[in-house]
Amino acid sequence: MAEVGRAAPVVRTARVVLGRLGGAVFVLWMVATLTFFAIRLIPGDPAEAILGGPGSQTSPEALAAVRAEYGLDQPVFVQYLAQLARLATGDLGRSYSLNQDVAPLLLGQLGGTLLLAVLALAVAWLLALGLATWSTRGGRFAWYLGSGLEIVAAALPHFWLATVLIVLFSVWLGWLPPISTSGVSGLVLPVLTLAVPLAGFLGQIMRESLLTALESPFVLSARARGEGERGVRWVHVIRHASLPAISLSGWAFGSLISGAVVVETIFARPGLGRTLLTAVTVRDVPVVVGAVLIVAVGYILMTLLTDLAQRIADPRLRAR
Amino acid sequence: MSGELGVGLGGLGSPEAAGVTDATAVRVRNLVVGFGPQGDADPVLNGVSFEVAPGECLAIVGESGSGKSVTARSLLGLAGDTAWVRADELSLAGSDVRGLSEQHWRRRRGRDVGLVLQDALVSLDPLRPVGREIADSLRLHTRLGAAARHARVLEVLHQVGLPDAANQMRKRSGELSGGQRQRALIAAAIALDPPLLIADEPTTALDVTVQAQILELLASLKRAGTGILLISHDLAVVGRIADRIAVLSEGHIVEQGPAQEVLTRPEHPVTRQMLAAIPVDKPRGLRLSPRAAAPVPPASTSSAFASPAPPAFVSPAPPAPPAFADHADRAANRDIVLEAAGLVKRFTRPDGSEQLAVDGVSFRLERGTTLGIVGESGSGKTTTARLVLALTRPDAGEVRVLGQPFSAAAEKQRRLLRPRLGAVYQDALSSFDPRLSVEQVLRDAVGGAAGRGRRGGAPGSGDTSGSGGSAPTAASTTASTTAADRLRVLELLDAVGLPPGLLGRRPLSLSGGQRQRVSIARALASDPQILICDEPVSSLDVTVQAQVLDLLDDLQRELGLSLLFISHDLGVIQHVSDQVAVMLDGRIVETGAAARVFAAPQHPYTQALLGAVPRLGF
Repeated sequence: MAEVGRAAPVVRTARVVLGRLGGAVFVLWMVATLTFFAIRLIPGDPAEAILGGPGSQTSPEALAAVRAEYGLDQPVFVQYLAQLARLATGDLGRSYSLNQDVAPLLLGQLGGTLLLAVLALAVAWLLALGLATWSTRGGRFAWYLGSGLEIVAAALPHFWLATVLIVLFSVWLGWLPPISTSGVSGLVLPVLTLAVPLAGFLGQIMRESLLTALESPFVLSARARGEGERGVRWVHVIRHASLPAISLSGWAFGSLISGAVVVETIFARPGLGRTLLTAVTVRDVPVVVGAVLIVAVGYILMTLLTDLAQRIADPRLRAR
Repeated sequence: MSGELGVGLGGLGSPEAAGVTDATAVRVRNLVVGFGPQGDADPVLNGVSFEVAPGECLAIVGESGSGKSVTARSLLGLAGDTAWVRADELSLAGSDVRGLSEQHWRRRRGRDVGLVLQDALVSLDPLRPVGREIADSLRLHTRLGAAARHARVLEVLHQVGLPDAANQMRKRSGELSGGQRQRALIAAAIALDPPLLIADEPTTALDVTVQAQILELLASLKRAGTGILLISHDLAVVGRIADRIAVLSEGHIVEQGPAQEVLTRPEHPVTRQMLAAIPVDKPRGLRLSPRAAAPVPPASTSSAFASPAPPAFVSPAPPAPPAFADHADRAANRDIVLEAAGLVKRFTRPDGSEQLAVDGVSFRLERGTTLGIVGESGSGKTTTARLVLALTRPDAGEVRVLGQPFSAAAEKQRRLLRPRLGAVYQDALSSFDPRLSVEQVLRDAVGGAAGRGRRGGAPGSGDTSGSGGSAPTAASTTASTTAADRLRVLELLDAVGLPPGLLGRRPLSLSGGQRQRVSIARALASDPQILICDEPVSSLDVTVQAQVLDLLDDLQRELGLSLLFISHDLGVIQHVSDQVAVMLDGRIVETGAAARVFAAPQHPYTQALLGAVPRLGF
């Protein structure tokens, strides 16, 4: 009996997932199209880029040969269709500058960036939750300090924060390496650089919803049953306070990937962001398109995940 | 949190030694609560004293702002961080609770006293199954294991009359009906069988038939020996189960005594005014509120409260006020101003199934009369109102206004007729832009009416025949239009009995009654002939409700308005209506002259509704 009752929400959830996948295909097509044309707006000859960049001495014959090989002598629209056809089969093409297949190249870089983004999201959540909780129970001083810290943190640019953290922890204190090494200690500064501004942002939202939840009648009911401050917060309020922050986490993940471009460059950390930046500089079209597509896929998956997380956290959504 | 309960004078010489059992569930002597600085000259509660014995129900009745809810919260040590509480005596289950630490308070809450709040949809955590909420007090106060807690939850759900408890306890408040979740909320409060149950407006959010069931449940708890402190704004509701009634006004108990005494021989003017304001069984046209500076009845300054007709339950046939003759005239046959024929509206539910919100509704509204539509939540009343106002397109059927097609016409044609229809809603506050002043709100409405090429006569002028008044010429300058608008705004304000001093105020700084008056003034701006009122008095205190109902009655008589009056409250409907339509599940199940429907209801549902209405009298 209970199983029958539960089947319906599962079916509904599956329907939502399928609908999202359909939308995802459309989004990926748009992403591939936009990147394909946007990269052609950068001045310079892609054939030159393939043969070693604008500075290298190349014969007109070599350029012509390369153009023919890569199909660059075809009309742009034909090139676009050819690329779509290739992408549809999962072939991301060959890098112009590195002379490697794009897919394995990018997948090798993906792990590091994902680790960075996931750790930063987790740390941002912990910081935001801690700050919001503390500042709503520590009296007026904690309140103003908490909201002040959140605003400042949310306003910090990544490049500035990274520099300050390096000066503080690497140059002055010498606790952590200024360059991202493979060990755990090399991850601390990059993760903090990404997490702190996001924590400020999430914290503001969480505190708002935390206060709304604390004022609600069900909290008064809980207190009237003898629930203590800790119980009120852990059993009731945290869950309500998390709901808007969960829905924002999909967006936050996207902003973390774009932040990773800056952070990986500053900390000389291998990853998708740095690869993307290099590829844009040398006009390596297949790598750029591939990297942007992978980020788009990640973004779509993350949005789907946050939707599912919301349905778990808020049973009222399952009925829809 | 600690220190919110200040120890009063004599707190050290504890009057009741611990261990001495006391028969009372709660005893309060000279309770003073304030939110300003300690020793504030103007506390919220000032010297409140009462007690509740086991198996007894004391009702504390008062209007909003009288201090009712603060009283309830003070008894739980939950008056708030900024509150200070003083009392000569404050004891629960026989032991003193003044100056308890937060930790000790927590051991008392739920065990010595349970709390039931108004709306279980938000008073139970909407993210948690109700069974868990009920089990919480067991988890906090006992060492029962999970299985024993489960068994007790089932037992207590059975006690509050929730069928199929094993399944219902897994649902969340939003998945239960209003009555079911209110039962679950009561179950959560009585899980440990506390000697005192505080019920703060426990039935205010409920339909009348469900309200009757919940009151019966509270009465059965009372019979089983629980002391009940019932807090309400509604004397008729508390009359059903209270043994004694205390009337609270501005932080003082102005009258306290056996329920029957207070209801039949009220001594204090506040009590009398509240009783006079109850619309149930008061004939149409009888004033519910004392008329301020009105010729009839002559108000002597010393007893302004006592001057209106004595409460109707004492003398059910009060001398007919002049309104009656006029009333008969109003009810006489006139032409039809509003007609609905076979209205149908379907909605698609979130899960894809279809719901017939309105299912073949037809009615006619005669000029100068009131048609009352009554029904419980979900019966389709509000959808009907939206269909009549052509805010929603009907799936079938038609609305005609003043004999012309309305719902079937194009919006461009409808706009010519729209000024003839005014609308007043329940929540006046949310229908205003909070940044606009009263003057701006009304000016907008007047400007809108003028923009449609119409300047009606003054609401008090009696020019309501629809002739159109004098239209401003195109040559009229902006300045004179502005001056005319301002004059019109002042007229409107005067028509709804508000002083011009309110023009600069914003909606948030107005009282509920003032807001509803402004919203009526706004509806009158276009000089309408038909007023659609959707629950216009449902969020108002009973005395304020009485004033607004009287105002609508006056306006109807002066302007010859026709009213479509929608309410869940049978008492209100009975008082205001010439014709009544009873709605159930999207259909009109009974319709007819108000006097006939209320005297001899034909449909079983109407009979059930009428039987559930709380009435005064024994």
